[in-house]
Amino acid sequence: MNRLKRMGPTRAVVFFAVLAALPSMNLAHWVLNMLVFTLMYAVMSSAWNLVGGMAGYPSLGHAAFFGIGAYTVGIWFQHHGIHSGYEPFLILPFVGLAAALVGIPVAAISMRTRSDVFAIVTITLLFVVQTLAFNLRSLTGGAQGLSIPAAPFSTATYERPFYDVLLVLLAVAMGLTWGAMRSKIGLSLAAVRADEDKAVGIGVRVQGVKLLAFAVSVGLTAMVGGLWAYYEGFVYPQFAVDPLITIAIVLMTFLGGRGTVWGPVLGAFILELAQQYFAYSLGGSQFYLIAYALVFLVVMLLMPRGIVPSIQERLRMRRRRRAAAAPPAEDSAPPGLPSPHPVTAAAGLGAASGQGGH
Amino acid sequence: MHALVQGIILGILTAGVYALMASGQTLIFGIMKVVNLAQGAMVILAAYLSYQLFASFGIDPFLAIPITTAALFVVGVLVELLFLRPLRKEDRSELSLLVTFAVALLLEGIMSVVWSTNVRSINTTYADASWTVFGYQITLVRLWAFLLSLAALGGLYLLLNRTRFGRAVRASVQNPESARLLGVQASRISAIGFGIGAATAAAAGSVFGLLYPFNSGSHYDLISKLLSIVLLGGLGSIGGAVVGAGIISVSSAVVASTVSPIWSDMTFFIVLLLVLLVRPRGLFGASARGAI
Repeated sequence: MNRLKRMGPTRAVVFFAVLAALPSMNLAHWVLNMLVFTLMYAVMSSAWNLVGGMAGYPSLGHAAFFGIGAYTVGIWFQHHGIHSGYEPFLILPFVGLAAALVGIPVAAISMRTRSDVFAIVTITLLFVVQTLAFNLRSLTGGAQGLSIPAAPFSTATYERPFYDVLLVLLAVAMGLTWGAMRSKIGLSLAAVRADEDKAVGIGVRVQGVKLLAFAVSVGLTAMVGGLWAYYEGFVYPQFAVDPLITIAIVLMTFLGGRGTVWGPVLGAFILELAQQYFAYSLGGSQFYLIAYALVFLVVMLLMPRGIVPSIQERLRMRRRRRAAAAPPAEDSAPPGLPSPHPVTAAAGLGAASGQGGH
Repeated sequence: MHALVQGIILGILTAGVYALMASGQTLIFGIMKVVNLAQGAMVILAAYLSYQLFASFGIDPFLAIPITTAALFVVGVLVELLFLRPLRKEDRSELSLLVTFAVALLLEGIMSVVWSTNVRSINTTYADASWTVFGYQITLVRLWAFLLSLAALGGLYLLLNRTRFGRAVRASVQNPESARLLGVQASRISAIGFGIGAATAAAAGSVFGLLYPFNSGSHYDLISKLLSIVLLGGLGSIGGAVVGAGIISVSSAVVASTVSPIWSDMTFFIVLLLVLLVRPRGLFGASARGAI
């Protein structure tokens, strides 16, 4: 049991150390490019998980906030030149803050009743933002989009700064999830997800925690959007506000396992690779769409709980069987219940999550 | 003033078609507590079917409606049997959102393979005919579409209120447990109910194809409008869907004709948020159990 408890932080340190070392291993540009996109989706899935997985309020509009982030950076570049190339990274936190401020009123209205209403309002928001991106030509450039000056990084290590920033964002997102799960906030979110009426009854401040989770979640998503715009060098409405982004994030979270720290990241790493494969091997976007929809349906129908919870369940069963076979020695906690949190874990993730604050 | 009245006329005529699409969607929610995100894709599928029937056999889209409704009824029943029935009860409402989203993508993918992504329109001989009444233009196709939608809504009303099947549906919406105890087969009602929801999408879709050019991606525009209508009226309420369609179409058309078409797409979202601010469950949303 103790060994298992220590495994979390150790795993995180190894995971991030490997990821941080990857770019210095002389990888080809297309590999790094793929890793950048994988990290983007890992951050966004982790962020979606905060509200969609932990609170049980499935947002279908996260792509709108990705687009808002992308357009914010795009519009910022219309008024600012480029010097060292690092300024866009510095404004990312403000981009996230702006998106959270846009999202809070919408969420405050739509989160009052039930998750169906929330899902519908968020998906409607997605299409409204998309239409606005096409129509507000003076601001967004309409269908022509906005172009952004290329980052003045040397071509040999062009992806490196983006990669590093994404790694930090991923650490923040995972750290926040990890921290939330071990705090009262996570407990409140779990109560909301299990039975909101009862949660209200026992005095959980449901609206507050729901809004907090949503604001953090869309803020992170918008930051990824802003970074994406800078990385790609253009913002077209059909790519910046794309329902497929929402679908990808949700699918990754469900595949890996919602409500867990590692699930969304695992899902992103599996699916982004699959996505690249489909996109290249199936060519035209139509077959790609069919393949994607089929993968989605298979995951939902055959593995609705996701990979990580299924594995956890299996491990728990094995432990229980072993405990039943051998007379109990030191471990007294009933294995079926979630174990109390280890405070000892200060390494790796703890340090990273300190940056983001809880 | 002229633009305002013209906008109201256009809005009311358009509202009929949207009311028909949305009534199917809200019926599905009432019976199964499933928000069908594939409703828009089913409308477009029906539009393509009537396009094909018109292009290949010269069948008028209005006359093609029996064929498209029958086809989409089968599609709806299949979707329910294959994708919704296997979901476990405890997370059905959450997963069904995502599953129907995936079904929408699947239909979109299939449609773009079969018909490519080029914009299609059904050009009948009467497509541009219109009457001018007191200086206001009324397109004939829109008027027919409106009347047809009213007729279809009337048919749906009769089906739900005058038949044995309708009684079973209403019973299982109001109280699923009691309905089951009294011998209503919930699974059969769900499958047929989903089929009927899809069939209303088909009737509306044939008309939609006449009114607007469309391609496989058009269902995205539709779905946000349909969902707003259903939510505005209150999930599960057919009367609410009709009223919601009226409010949203008229306000969008009025904003388009008096302010600018750019903001008309934004209008329904603002209207929706305002209504939800005052009535979180929509205008006619039942607080605890559904009512049709």
